[in-house]
Amino acid sequence: MTQKLIVIGAGMATGRMLETLVDANADYDITLINGEPRGNYNRIMLSPVLSGEKTYAEIVTHDDDWYAQHGISTRFGCFVQAIDRKARTVTLATGEVLVYDKLVFGTGSNPFMIPLPGAHLDGVIAYRDLEDTERMMGLGPEHKCVVIGGGLLGLEAAAGMAARGVDVTVVHIMGHLMERQLDEAAGYLLRKALVDKGITVKCSANSKEILGKDGHVRALLLDDGTELPCDLLVMAVGIRPNVSLAQDSGLAVGRGIHVDDQMVTSDANILAVGECVEHDGAIFGLVAPLYDQAKVAAATLMGEDAQFVQKELSTKLKVTGCDLFSAGDFADGEGREDIVFRDPARGVYRRLVITDNVVIGVVMYGDTADSNWFFGLIRDKTDISDMRDTLIFGPAYQGGTPLDPLAAVAALPRDAEICGCNGICKGQIEDAIAAGASDLGAIKATTKASASCGTCTGLVEQVLAVTLGDDFVLPAAASICGCTDMTHEDVRRMIKSQRLTSMPAVWQECAWKTVDGCHVCRPALNFYLLADWPLEYQDDPQSRFINERKHANIQKDGTFSVVPRMWGGITTPNELRAIADAADKYAVPTVKVTGGQRIDLLGVRGEDLPDIWADLNAAGMVSGHAYSKGLRTVKTCVGTDHCRFGTQDSTGLGIKLEKELWGSWTPHKLKLAVSGCPRNCAEATCKDIGVVCVDSGYQVSIGGAAGMDVKETELLVQVASEQEAIDTIKAVTQLYRENAKYLDRIYKWMNKVGLDWIKERIETERAALVDRFELSQSIYRRDPWAEHARDKAQSYQPLANLSLEAAE
Amino acid sequence: MSNWIDIAPLSDIPKRGARMVKTALGCVAVFRTAQDEVFALNNACPHKAGPLAEGIVHGKSVTCPLHNWVISLETGEAQGADEGRVTTYPARVEGGRILLDRTFLRARTAA
Ligand SMILES: Cc1cc2nc3c(=O)[nH]c(=O)nc-3n(C[C@H](O)[C@H](O)[C@H](O)COP(=O)(O)OP(=O)(O)OC[C@H]3O[C@@H](n4cnc5c(N)ncnc54)[C@H](O)[C@@H]3O)c2cc1C
Ligand code: SF4
Ligand code: SF4
Ligand code: FES
Repeated sequence: MTQKLIVIGAGMATGRMLETLVDANADYDITLINGEPRGNYNRIMLSPVLSGEKTYAEIVTHDDDWYAQHGISTRFGCFVQAIDRKARTVTLATGEVLVYDKLVFGTGSNPFMIPLPGAHLDGVIAYRDLEDTERMMGLGPEHKCVVIGGGLLGLEAAAGMAARGVDVTVVHIMGHLMERQLDEAAGYLLRKALVDKGITVKCSANSKEILGKDGHVRALLLDDGTELPCDLLVMAVGIRPNVSLAQDSGLAVGRGIHVDDQMVTSDANILAVGECVEHDGAIFGLVAPLYDQAKVAAATLMGEDAQFVQKELSTKLKVTGCDLFSAGDFADGEGREDIVFRDPARGVYRRLVITDNVVIGVVMYGDTADSNWFFGLIRDKTDISDMRDTLIFGPAYQGGTPLDPLAAVAALPRDAEICGCNGICKGQIEDAIAAGASDLGAIKATTKASASCGTCTGLVEQVLAVTLGDDFVLPAAASICGCTDMTHEDVRRMIKSQRLTSMPAVWQECAWKTVDGCHVCRPALNFYLLADWPLEYQDDPQSRFINERKHANIQKDGTFSVVPRMWGGITTPNELRAIADAADKYAVPTVKVTGGQRIDLLGVRGEDLPDIWADLNAAGMVSGHAYSKGLRTVKTCVGTDHCRFGTQDSTGLGIKLEKELWGSWTPHKLKLAVSGCPRNCAEATCKDIGVVCVDSGYQVSIGGAAGMDVKETELLVQVASEQEAIDTIKAVTQLYRENAKYLDRIYKWMNKVGLDWIKERIETERAALVDRFELSQSIYRRDPWAEHARDKAQSYQPLANLSLEAAE
Repeated sequence: MSNWIDIAPLSDIPKRGARMVKTALGCVAVFRTAQDEVFALNNACPHKAGPLAEGIVHGKSVTCPLHNWVISLETGEAQGADEGRVTTYPARVEGGRILLDRTFLRARTAA
C-alpha cells in the first residue's frame, strides 16, 4: 500500500531528498509544503542573482513540470501551523488538514536579527530568500546600504550590491573579516579586495542603534558615535535552526531538531534534514552535509540501511575577484605546526595547519586552484611527512626554488616613490639603469636617489638587483629579525609607499615568514605604523613590551615601578603628600629620586597598578612615561626665576616643552633638558635634545647621550624666540619619528643620515613637520593611567584564583 | 585521569596575550595565541624566574620580559641556544571557555 509522505519545506536539503526518492521510484504519495511562494531553488545562488551574474529562472532546481511529472502535490506560499503526532496529521495555515504516514522536516533556519533598537524599522532585512534579494536588487547607484556582518553571507550581499553601484558599508564586530574561516592575514587580503571594489569595511565596529525616520531606516549608529546613513540595512550575522514547529509538536529539540544517524527524530515516523537539524551536538550551515543527510533520509524512508557521518567542511566565497578557500580547523588546539606561504606580488596567501604529520586546516587566498587537493589531504588524513618540504606549493610542485625576497620590490609600480628626500620614483631609477647606470654610485650621480639621507639606499639597491638580475650583487644588509629578509629601512619604505596600515598588511606585502612575527619585529612594526598612520592605525598593546603594555617599569622580581609626571621638574607640597600617601597605602618598599628629576615608586605589585594610578590621578598627576619609547622627561635648571646667571626662563620653557611633547611615541626613549645659561646645570648637552638659553636666544642641539654611549650634542640651530625653539624641537622629533629605525636613539640616527641633512629638512619643512607632529599628538597626548584605571583595571587582576581550590 | 575546571571565558585574555591564574603554589600563566589556542605554563622563566605572562606572545612562543628568552608554549622548552624548561599544564578551550586540568594543577603541590 502506498504510504503518504509529507515534506515540510522546499529547501536545498529536501530538494535533494526528493530527487533521490524519485530516482529510486520510491513507493510514496508525496506532498511538499513550502512557506515561500515557490518550490525548490538553489538558495546559494542568490548571491550571483544579486550581483546580476544569474537570473532567478536559472537557479530554480525543480519547476512545476517536475513536480507534476513525478506526482508530487505541492502547497507553496503556505506554512504548516501544527502537527498532531497521535492522529498523524498536519494543519496548514489555510486550515487544511493533511494525513501522513511519514513526515520530513526541512524547515531550514531563521536569520538571526540582533535586537538593536530600531531593528523593527522598514528597510531592515536579512539575507535569506528571494524576497530579500529583490529588496537589495531594487537599490540603485544613488542608494546607500549598510551590511552588518562580515561573514560569508554579509560579504556576498555587499559585493552583490556594490556590483550594482550601491554605496555599501560593511560593519563587522570582529577585528578581521570572516574570522571563523580565515586568519588575520587572509582576512587582510580579502578586505583589500573588497575595498578595491568600492566597499567600505569597518572592522571592530559595534552597532548600537538603528535610526529611523517616518518608520523607515535612515542610518546605523555605532558605539563610537559614527552614523552611517543608509536606505537599506542588511543583517547577516548568523542563523538559528527553525525549530518552533518541531518544538510545539513535542519532538526532542536542542539547538536543532534531534536526529539519529538515520535522520529519524524522537518520533519514529518523523525525519528531519537540513539546517533545522542537530546531529551529535552539531548543527549545519553549509549545503555539503545537508546533501549527505538528504540521501540518508531517502534511504531510511525506503527502508534501506544508511548512516549520516559528519565530515570536514570547506568554505568558498562566491564573490568574483576574491578567490578564497578555507577548510578544516586552524583555530583551537595544541601541538600544531603552521606552514605559511606568501607571495605578496601576486596577492597570494596560503597557510596549512599540521598536527602529527596530517593536515588539519587550510586557508588559501588569491590562488585556490589547489584547494581540492589540500581538502583531500585533510579528509583522507594523508600522512604528509614525505612531501612536507614542498607541500605548500601544491600538487604540481616538483623540486623547489626558495622564495624570492626581492618580490616585494619587483612588485612596486613604476610611480612608487623610492627616495623620499629627492622625490625619485622607481621608474626614474629603472630609466637610469636602462641608460647605463649599474651601481649605487651611478644612480646617486644621475638621479640623486639615496644621495641625501640614505635611508632608501637598501631599496635603491634592490631596484638595481631586480632590474639587472645577476649583474648586480646585493650587499647583505641585516634584516629586522628572522621573520623577514627586509631591513628596517625597507619595511618603513614599504609601509609608506604601499600605504600599509596594519600589521597583517605588512606581514603579507613584505612576505613575513612567520604567522605573526616575533618580539623583535612586532614592537618595531607597531611603532612604524603608529608613526606613519596616526589616524588609521590602531595601536596594538600585544606588540608592546610589557613596560608599555602596562605603563609601568617591570623590575627584576616582576614588580613594577611607578613614576608620576613632574612637569619640568616642578612639584608642589600637595603632590608630594599624594605621592607619600600612595607609597604608604600600597606599601611601596622604595621611593627614589630618578636621574631625570622625578620620584620613582619602586616595587608596586602588578595588581595594585590601576589603584595607585587612580590615587595619583586624583591628586592631579599623570603618567610620567618613564617606561616608554617616547618622551620621558624635560630636565630643567632654575633659570631666571631664581638664578643670578639665568638669561631666560628655562623652567618655564621646560614645562611648555613637556606639555607639548608628552605622550608622543618615538623610536627610542627621548630625553630633553633646558639650561638657563651656558653653565648648563640641567646637563642639556648630553640629552637627545638639549636647549641652552643664551642672551640672544636659544641654542637647540641634538644627539647627546649619557647611557651605554656618552656623547655631546651637536648644535642644530640657534633661534631668537621661545616659540621657534619649541617648533624646531617638535619638527626634529617628528623627523626622527618618521625616519629612524626602531631602537635607534637620535645620535645613532644622526650618524646615519648626517646632521646636515637634518638641518636642511628642518629649515625647509619645519611647518609641515610640526603639523604632522600635532596631528599625531591629537591622538596620543593622553594619560594612559587614567584610561587603564577606568577601562582596563580588571585585566590587571589574576584571571582566576585557585589558591583555596588547590589547598583542599 | 583528567578533571577539567572552567577558568574564564576565552575573551578575557586578549589574542597574543596572557593572564595569570593564582594557585596555592604560585602562579600559572595562561596564554592565548592569535589562533585562539590556549596554553598553561608555570609563570616563571627558567632563566631568572621572569614572569612569562608579561611577555610578548608570537606564534606558539612567548618571549620573557626580563631578558628575552624565548619559551615554547607547547613544550615549555627554552628555544635557540638557551637551555631550560618550564612546567606545562593541560589547557583547552571548549564552548568559548578556558579549561585547565585540576588534577595536574594539584599534582604540582606534590612535586
Ligand atoms: C544567500 C545565501 C548564500 C549561501 N551560500 C552558500 C554557499 O555558498 N555554500 C553553502 O554551502 N551554503 C550556502 N548558503 C547556505 C545554504 O543555502 C543553506 O545551508 C541551505 O539552503 C539550507 O537548506 P535547508 O534545506 O536546510 O533549508 P532552506 O533551503 O532554508 O529551506 C527551508 C524552507 O523551509 C520553509 N519553511 C520553514 N518553515 C516552514 C513551515 N512551517 N511550513 C512550510 N515551510 C516552511 C522555508 O520557507 C524555506 O523555504 C547560503 C545561504 C544563503 C541565504
Ligand atoms: S644653567 Fe645657568 S641659569 Fe640655569 S641654574 Fe645653572 S647657572 Fe643658573
Ligand atoms: S643602569 Fe642598568 S641596573 Fe641601573 S637602572 Fe639602568 S638598567 Fe637597571
Ligand atoms: S628571567 Fe626570563 S629571560 Fe631572564
